Order: sequence, then C-alpha cells, then structure tokens
Amino acid sequence: MTHVLDPDALPGATPAVHAPLPPYDDVTRSDSAFRGFLHGLPGVDQVGAEARVAQLGTRSIKTTSKAWAIDTAISMVDLTTLEGADTPGKVRSLAAKARQPDPSDPACPKVAAVCVYGDLAGVARDALAGTGIHVAAVATAFPSGRASRAVKIADVRDAVENGADEIDMVIDRGAFLTGRYLDVFEEIVAVKEACGDAHLKVILETGELKTLDNVRRASWIAMLAGGDFIKTSTGKVTPAATLPVGLVMLEAVRDFRIATGRQVGFKPAGGIKTTKDAVKHLVLINETAGPDWLDPDWFRFGASSLLNDLLLQRQKLRTGHYSGPDYVSVD
Amino acid sequence: MIGNDRLAVRKTYKLYVNGAFPRSESGRTYEATDAKGHFLANVAQASRKDARDAVVAARGAFPKWSAATAYNRGQVLYRVAEVMEGRHLQFCEEVAHGEGLSASKARAAVDAAIDRWVWYAGWTDKLAAVLGSANPVAGPYFDFSLPEPTGVVAVLAPQQSSLLGLVSVLAPVLATGSTAVVVTSKDRPIPAVTLAEVLATSDVPGGVVNLLTGDAGELGPWLAEHADVDAIDLTGAPAGRAMELEREAAGTIKRVIRPPATEPDWTADPGLSRMTPFLETKTVWHPMGV
Amino acid sequence: MTSLFEYAPAPESRSIVDIAPSYGLFIDGEFVDGTGEPFKTVNPATEEVLTEVSAASEADVDRAVRAARRAFEKTWGPMRPADRGKYLFRIARLLQERAREFAVLESLDNGKPIRESRDVDIPLAAAHFFYHAGWADKLEHAGLGPAPKPLGVAGQVIPWNFPLLMLAWKVAPALATGNTVVLKPAETTPLTALLFAEVCRQADLPPGVVNIVTGAGGTGRAVVEHDDVDKVAFTGSTEVGRSIARAVAGTRKKLTLELGGKAANIVFDDAPIDQAVEGIVQGIFFNQGHVCCAGSRLLVQESIHDEVIASLQRRIGTLRVGDPLDKNTDIGAINSAEQLARIRELSDIGEAEGAQRWQPACELPDRGYWFPPTVFTDVSPAHRIARDEVFGPVLSVLTFRTPDEAVAKANNSTYGLSAGIWSEKGSRILKIADQLRAGVVWANTFNKFDPTSPFGGYKQSGYGREGGRHGLAAYLKGADQ
Repeated sequence: MTHVLDPDALPGATPAVHAPLPPYDDVTRSDSAFRGFLHGLPGVDQVGAEARVAQLGTRSIKTTSKAWAIDTAISMVDLTTLEGADTPGKVRSLAAKARQPDPSDPACPKVAAVCVYGDLAGVARDALAGTGIHVAAVATAFPSGRASRAVKIADVRDAVENGADEIDMVIDRGAFLTGRYLDVFEEIVAVKEACGDAHLKVILETGELKTLDNVRRASWIAMLAGGDFIKTSTGKVTPAATLPVGLVMLEAVRDFRIATGRQVGFKPAGGIKTTKDAVKHLVLINETAGPDWLDPDWFRFGASSLLNDLLLQRQKLRTGHYSGPDYVSVD
Repeated sequence: MIGNDRLAVRKTYKLYVNGAFPRSESGRTYEATDAKGHFLANVAQASRKDARDAVVAARGAFPKWSAATAYNRGQVLYRVAEVMEGRHLQFCEEVAHGEGLSASKARAAVDAAIDRWVWYAGWTDKLAAVLGSANPVAGPYFDFSLPEPTGVVAVLAPQQSSLLGLVSVLAPVLATGSTAVVVTSKDRPIPAVTLAEVLATSDVPGGVVNLLTGDAGELGPWLAEHADVDAIDLTGAPAGRAMELEREAAGTIKRVIRPPATEPDWTADPGLSRMTPFLETKTVWHPMGV
Repeated sequence: MTSLFEYAPAPESRSIVDIAPSYGLFIDGEFVDGTGEPFKTVNPATEEVLTEVSAASEADVDRAVRAARRAFEKTWGPMRPADRGKYLFRIARLLQERAREFAVLESLDNGKPIRESRDVDIPLAAAHFFYHAGWADKLEHAGLGPAPKPLGVAGQVIPWNFPLLMLAWKVAPALATGNTVVLKPAETTPLTALLFAEVCRQADLPPGVVNIVTGAGGTGRAVVEHDDVDKVAFTGSTEVGRSIARAVAGTRKKLTLELGGKAANIVFDDAPIDQAVEGIVQGIFFNQGHVCCAGSRLLVQESIHDEVIASLQRRIGTLRVGDPLDKNTDIGAINSAEQLARIRELSDIGEAEGAQRWQPACELPDRGYWFPPTVFTDVSPAHRIARDEVFGPVLSVLTFRTPDEAVAKANNSTYGLSAGIWSEKGSRILKIADQLRAGVVWANTFNKFDPTSPFGGYKQSGYGREGGRHGLAAYLKGADQ
C-alpha cells in the first residue's frame, strides 16, 4: 500500500526549492539545463584514469610515514555492519571495538564512526555515548533504493530519530541511468532536508553506474544537491570502491571546492580490506584532492575487515615482528 | 617530319611548372639532338630559380594531392595512361629518335611506360593494407600504423631511358601521394616534354608534377640542399656526383634513393622498392575504454 | 601546500649492483682493455664517479667489426633461424631475471627515477628481445620479400636518455634478422650496456655477435665510418644525425636515423581534462624531459587555457624531485653538466624573449645536476623555446583557437617525431591525426611505447622505423620496405 506514502498524496510534502551554490545556481532550472551541465563536465578517459592510479599505487610508504598513515586510516574508519542478522549485541560489540580497536595498546586511535542499519542506530548511540564516535545509519531503502520517496524520507527520519548523526543514503540509480538527473537531485535535496543536523553521505553505487563519466556526473549531482560526503558504494555490489572511481570522485570534490568554496567529503566503501589498500587511498587523496581531505571530517573508509589488518600492521610496526589474527579481536 | 609538302609547325619545348608551360626564367635553351646527333629542338634549360619555383609549386600542390582518396589518385594515374595511349605514335617516334631504338623496341618501351602507369594506378589503394598494420601492444590501446606520403620529392630522372625510365621514377612518387620536381634526361628530353603535355591534359592537378628539362648536374645540388624538399631520387645523377648530392641531402635529413651502378633494366618488375622510400609510417595510439 | 603526509625516504637498495673499479670493451665475447683514453662515468645525482671505462680507439673498433664479421660469416649467419630466436628469448629472460640490478644501475648512471627504470626502461627492453626473438624464424612471412637476407655487420650508436632500452631497440631487431652488431653506448651512460655484455655471456651467445665499444664521439665516428659496416643505426641529435648521413653518403651502408623532436601536445576544449593534464605531465616530465618525442610544446585551446594551466601547475606541485633511487621520486637528475647548461641557456633565452617562466617551489639537492620542472606561458611560435629541442623538463605553452590553427602550429617545425591530441570527439581525433606530420601520434595518451609499434620520425626527426614488422626492414637486404 505504498501509494498512501506517495509524496503527491501528502500535503506539504513537495520538496523545498533548492538552488545549488553559485556559480551553479541556475543549472537545475530545467531537465535539459541540468543534463546540458552534467554532460558538459569534462569526460573521463578510463585508461588514463587507471594508469594514473596505477602509478600512484607504486608510492612506497615506509617507516614514519607508514605509522602515520595507519593511525590516520584507523581514525577514518566507519566501522560497519550491515547484515540482515545484525542484533543489538552485535552492534554493541562493534561499538566496543570502535572505542578501543586494539585492547593491547591504549594509544591506538579510535575509529570515526560506527555504521549500522537505522533501526539499530539507537543501540549504537547508547554504546558510543561520550566517545565522540559518530553514529552513521544507512537509509533510503538501502541498498537498492527501490522504494517511493516518502518511504525513503521516512526511513531517514526514523534513523535520525533513533540517534544517527550521519545518514548514508543511496541515489536512485534507475533514475540516473535513464537520464532523470533532476529526479536524482531533488531526492537528495529532500533527504538532506529530512536529515536535519545529521550529515548526509550520498552513496552513488558506482558499481552500477559502470562508467567513470557517470561517476563524475553523479558526484556533481550529489554535491550540488547539498550532500556533505559522496560515497562510492553500498558494499553490496561488486566492484565497490575501486581506485579509479576514487580518483574521479576526489577530482570532483576538489573541483567543486575550487568553484564554490564548499568542501565535500569522500568515503570509499566496500572492497578495501588491507592496509595496503588503505594507504593507496591516502596517497590518492594526498595527491589528488590534497592534504585538506586527510582528516576524518573529510574522508572515511567504509569497512569492516580493514580495521583488523590496520591493527596487525600497526602491531608489526610497534613490535618489529609480524603479528597474527589471534592478536586482534573478532567482530 | 611528315612526308608531304606541308611545312610542319614546330613545337616550342618548354618547362612544365605548376600546371603551366613557362620558358626558363633564365631564357636559356639547349640543343637536343637525336641519337645520331641531328638537331631535334631547342629545349628550355631550367635554372636554379626554375627549380625553386617548381618546389614552391610542388609544395603548394601537396596538401590536396596527399589528401585525395587513394581511389581518386588511382583514377588520375590511370587517366594518364589513357591519354598517353592516344599519343602512342608520337611517343614511339620520339623514343626511337632520342634513344636510337628500332621501331619495335621503341614501341615496347612506350607500351611498358603506359602499362607502368596502369600498374601504379592499381597500387594506390592497396598500399595502406600492404604496408600498414594494427599493432598488438601490451595494453588497452588501439594502435595502428599507416603509410603516408613524404611530401615533395626531387627526382633526377634516368639519363638513358627517356620515357620508360622517367615514368618508372615518376609514377611511384605520385602513386604514394607525394608531389614531384623532376629533372629529365639531359640529352633525351623530348618525350618528357610530351609527357608534360599528357599530364597537363589528364587529371593530374597543376603542381603535382613539375618537369624541368636541363642538367641534373646543375640543378641537382640546388634540389639536394633545398630545405623544402623531403626526398631525392638520385637515379639520374651525373656519374661520380651522387655521393656529393647525398651529402648535400643529409643537411636536411632527406630520404634518398641512391643511384644504381648502372642504369637498371626498366622493364623489370619494380616491386615496392621505389614507393617505400617516399612513404612515412605514422603510428597512432588511442586508449580503449568506456 | 605542505602535507601532513610526508613520504619517508624509500630508497631502493644499491647493494644489488656491483660496479667494478674499471671496465673494458666487449669484443669477440671477451672484456678487453681499450687503447683509447679511459674516461669516467659519474652518477649525475651526486657527481660521484662510478667507475672508469675504456675508450675504444679506431683500432679497437676495427677489431670489434672484424669480430662481428667473423661471427656473421661463421656462426650467427649460418645458424638456424630458430636457434637465433632462442638466444634472443634467453636474453629476454635474463633481462627479466636481472631486472632489478639493471634498473638500479640505470638510475645510478643516468639519473632517471627508479620508478621509471624499474617500470618502463627495463621491462620494455626485455619485451623488445622477447618480441624480436619470435621473428627470427618467421622473416619470410614478414611481407618483406620471399627470402629476406641479413645485411651483415650493423654499427649502432645510441644515446644516453634510455641507455638499455635504446640498446634493445637496436640490438634485438639486428640479431633477429641475422646481423651481428658493434654498438657504441653513450659516453655518459655506458654501464648497462656493459652489464648487457655479461648477459650475452650468460646466454652463451657466440663470441662476436654482440660487441660493445665504449667511448665518445670519436669512437662513434669510427663505428659509423668503418668500411666493413653494412648498416648504420643511430639515435641521437639531429646535428649528429646529419653528420652521420654525410659520412655514409655514397657507400653501400643502409642507414636509419632517429633524431630530435619538438612535439606538439594539442589539448582541445572537449578534452578529458584530468587525463590531459596527466598526459601533459607525462609528456614533458617523463625521464626529465630527456625524450626525443617529449611533448615539449603544449598547444591548448584558448577557451580553456587558464583552467588547464591552473590544473597543470597544481599537478606539477605534487611532483617529487630528488634522489633517483627513491621509489617515490618522479623527476630525477639531469644526465650531465653539459645538458644542464643547455637547459639553463635555453630557459634563460625563453625568459629574455618574453615568455613567462613558472616553476613550483621545490628543493633541489645541493650536489648533482638538477633542474626543476618548468612551464613557460605566453610563448609565441617565434620564440626559440617553441622551436629548439630543449631535451629537459621545460614545457612551452602556446594557444590556438581553431583546429586548423592547431594543426598549422603543430606542423610548424622542422621536426616531425611525435604529437599528442586530447579530445573526446572521435572524428576530430582521426582528422587531426591524419593532418599531423609526425611519426607517432598519441591520442588521449602520451609517451607510450611497445615493441610491436613502429616508432620513428618525419622530416628532420629522421627516417626508418624501429619496432613492429616495419622495424625489421632496416636490417634486411632488398627489403621492399
């Protein structure tokens, strides 16, 4: 009976008119104007983008810079559980890990956030109270996003009410791929409004957008609509956070800030499992968007198993010998 | 020369530059004789300035000629053969006189010269397939190589074979899309002038071929050193002068065809050997992505 | 912008290479002392003398040519083509096995970053041998005549910018087609060629098939001018190329030349800008700009000039200049004091002529030969930095308004080695590629090389091709192409 939740059927549900920041304040004036703008963005040559990240992938990060990178990466993790089998107990256990990732070393930084489904946001909020660790909740009919807008908005409001201070929404890929860019834009605007004070991360699900040109366009839609972060993936679709996608999204946040003065964060999620992957992303940020993004306020890793690998590598650097899985906690 | 009472109207033998028939700017002419030393004509003797003008004409004609479709160039070359065929008797007579050949040998030479145009006409649209390639590079790129004309080619035409030899060195330049400045056989210039008339009345654009009657020894160094000439064929270089000309050509890294020790048998199958020196290979890379 | 993220030094270990105090020539399978005046080779990043190298006199070159002739007549020439191929496969594998050693030695002797010697020079050198090995017993299928025959002894002179790679470009096709070789490496970068000689020994290559004669210009001249050399192949400056063409004039020697360049890299307003900026950087700063096909003239459409230059400057700001052996170094040392002086001179002329010089803030080491990445804007086609080959990390930026103007400016050069096109419009790329008078056109990429892909120039950038089926013709008798 979703029709009762149709926004047209609800009084006062028409989204407020949102104009993007200048100099882009007129690009959403019509479907064709928006399409013209997005298709006028410079193209992305896939081979060139892949070659660039391959070259950056050869950066050799050793000793002191590696130690810095590992600690920085830990502090940027959105420690995530997004399973149908999630329970309050599972979330509390994850929260404990978030506060103290390495029980053997109190100097180990805590993570940035714990990321859960909206119904468990309250559990996470309680478990993390006073830690400064954020509670992120996925919403908007995550991961497919296939629900009416009203359901999505309700989903967001519910998560925020439950205690999430960060919302990870998914864009309507169906609308995007059929060229209904303004619909995608307006939905993000509506979700942003529903977020209130909560930060909005906009998941593009790049594995379904397929081309880097699409990734660039979707990034711009999300930024113009007021997203605080742009995020690669739900983690439920492969490929997820690839480096070429990261490159294009980092170029987008860089260019957006140059043009508008507003900084938007970036969150790769899914598929980042090793310290090596994480360091490659840090190098990518450093040399693409720049060091201003090397901060948990502007960069996050959406990950679960990554944290343990970071901890193992951290132990290796600290003790000088290789560690093993029994020396980090299972989640 | 026709055996009746009528007094023949003689031809003025001029240069062929940029599609026109000028006299030498120097005003010079020289006597061309038949193989027995009898006077045939006063032929324009090209000067270095005529050579300079011819290079300007050839350079000017290059962009369009090189950009013509291979099919079009093939038809133009075939048209030359057609028009030559119409002057068959005239060519036979001139070759017989100039080279001292029997009528049947002269006819064979003219036949072969016409057929050579036909042969090269058929090459224009095969070269890219035969000489080009798709290169399987180790990466996500489409990479191909194609032959392209080098530009302006200076040709010192053979001194002995005044028509078949001339056509054998000229046609490959045109077939490959370059333009030509030719110094014809000094002592046997008459068929070259007739060939110029053929070229002027076929579909070869003005400037694509420039024929200079005169002395390869005099004009050769100017052409070899000319900075706007891309290649030089030294086949007809005066004896003992080829090394010096090749040295001069080195100043601008010209492509050079060295002369054979003795003038070759022009009836032999030429293969690709006179075309490839005037072809550059261009390799183009492009990524393959979505 | 100083980063929180300082990359700690990550030097590649030098211990893998063992540089002897002195080196001889490699003639007839043996290392022998040359009778010329020995010379020193230095590490351009530190000015440290690496070793002393024998110089080959005319008499030494003569011995090398005679050894090559003997090998051509007695062993290499008569050998079954398949076996010649197997030797080349062996060499390819040995280069792969000793790749790290070659890479470190190349960076020490040349000054290029280890990232490039490790990821480009050495793997490509091995690939060239692997590719040509396969040709050895298939030449009759190459479309170069029904029974192609080798020429005999090839005299080869190579430059210092890609020492081992240029050796591979020369030696691999020569051997695959059944010729033997006398090769002179550049005076400032002889070491990897001498290590290659050791590889030839490990491969059990018959003596005399490959001979390496080190030395300066005089040695090169002796190789080129030797009467018993059948083929001369040269890569280097147009000036030396001219003198070589003069020297072989009137002889039977077949000649190929790969000379200088001043490539236009054309960026249209519909280009994929981020990749174009990478391509501009790769085009001019790869190998410190010591690349004959470097994209040293940026031709950018006026409407996007400011945007592209801003992006380019930001990107150049991230380039890491310094220790060639550091794995994170992007730009290494200039190869020699002489080359550095030339780069400085031409840059000063550029400034004096009114072009605007821009260089990022970057600290250069105290010792060694260094030049920061440099961009000149407001360059006119009449400026010398728009015409002369700098052969260094110096980019000249010019603008254009229409495709015709881009082509006219790109072709306005006595060189014609390479060019770049950046545009997302397919038909435009094909049209411009067709109109450019250059032997290699990179569209939406730059400075890519592959053994299967013919490389070489138009106009005064030389003649003949290296690589691919086309490259074989230079080493075969009566080859139609």
